[in-house]
Amino acid sequence: MSDYLWWAILGMAAATFPVRASFLVFGHGLRFPPAVVRALGHVPVAVLTAIVVPEAIAPGGQLNLSVANPYLVGTLVAGLVAWKTGRTLLAVAVSFAVFGAMRYSLG
Amino acid sequence: MRTRLPIALAGARDTLPLAIGTTPFAIIFGTLAVAAGFPPLAALAMSAIVFAGSAQFISLSLIGGGAPLGLIWLTTFVVNLRHALYSATLQPVARDWPLPWRALTAFWLTDEIFAVVERRLQTAGEADALPYYLGSAVFFYLNWLGWTAVGALVGSRLPGLAGLGLDFAMIATFAAMIAPQLRSLTPVAVALAAGGTAWLAHGLPYKLGLMLAALVGVTVGVALDWRNKEAA
Repeated sequence: MSDYLWWAILGMAAATFPVRASFLVFGHGLRFPPAVVRALGHVPVAVLTAIVVPEAIAPGGQLNLSVANPYLVGTLVAGLVAWKTGRTLLAVAVSFAVFGAMRYSLG
Repeated sequence: MRTRLPIALAGARDTLPLAIGTTPFAIIFGTLAVAAGFPPLAALAMSAIVFAGSAQFISLSLIGGGAPLGLIWLTTFVVNLRHALYSATLQPVARDWPLPWRALTAFWLTDEIFAVVERRLQTAGEADALPYYLGSAVFFYLNWLGWTAVGALVGSRLPGLAGLGLDFAMIATFAAMIAPQLRSLTPVAVALAAGGTAWLAHGLPYKLGLMLAALVGVTVGVALDWRNKEAA
C-alpha cells in the first residue's frame, strides 16, 4: 500500500496544481480580449448556481421540490435575504436558523 | 504590513461560513481515508498537498480499490478542470502580483476561495485583493487541514456528524453570494441555464456535470451580451 499510496498522492498534487496555475502562473502574460473578459465575468454566477441547485432541490440525490425540504427553503431564504440586504453573513445566519428550525420540527 | 492585516482578517471572516460548511467533509474525509487503510499522516498529506475536496473523496474509492495510478491521476485532473476557469477569471486581477504569490494563490484556488474572492472583487474592486485572498485562503486551508487531522485521528469515535446539516452552510453561502447579482436578465438567464444543466447532468461522473453547467451558463451569458450589443 505504502509506495502506491504516496505515488497516488504526489501524482494527484501534480494533476491539481498545474490546472489552478494554468492562467495565474503559466498564462500570466496573456492579455485577454475584452470579449473573453466579459465571458469570464459570467463564471462565478454560473458555477456557484451549478453547485447550489442540485444540492438544494435534491439533497441526498432524491428530487424534493416540496416546502418541507429544508435545503430548498433554506437556500431560497438565503438568496432572498441577500438579494434584499446585500449582506452575505446575515443571509447565511437567517437561512441557517430557518433550516435548523425546519429540521428540528420535521424530526 | 500592519494596514494589510485587517484586510486579511476580513478575508478570513468572509470565509467563515464556507469553512463551517466544509468542516464535516474534512472530518469525514479523514475518517474514511483511515478506514480505507491510509496512515493518518497520508490522509493529512493529501489534504495538505492536493487540497481539492472533490478529488480527494473520489480518490478514496479508487485507491481503496487498488486502481492504476494513471487512472487516479487522470480522474483528479478531470475533476479539477473547472479550476482552470477560475484561474482565467482571476488572471487579469493577479497579473501584477509577484510570481511566488501567484503560485501560492493558484495552489489555494478552490471553489470556496474563488467564490469569496470574486464576491470581494465585485463589491470592493481590485484594491488589496492579494492580502484579502491570502487571509481567506490561509484560514480555509488550515481549517481543512485541522479537521482532516481530527477525522483521521478520532473520526471513528465521532458518530453522526454527517447528519448535523452543517453542509447547508456552504450551499447557503453560495446562494447568498449569487443572489445580489441577479438584478438583470442576463445573470438570471445564466443562473437558470447553469442550474438547470447542473440538475440534468448531475449523474455525470467526475464533476463533469458541474463543468458542463458552467460552460452552458457562460455560453448563455455570452449570447445575451452579444444580443444586447447588437441592439444597442
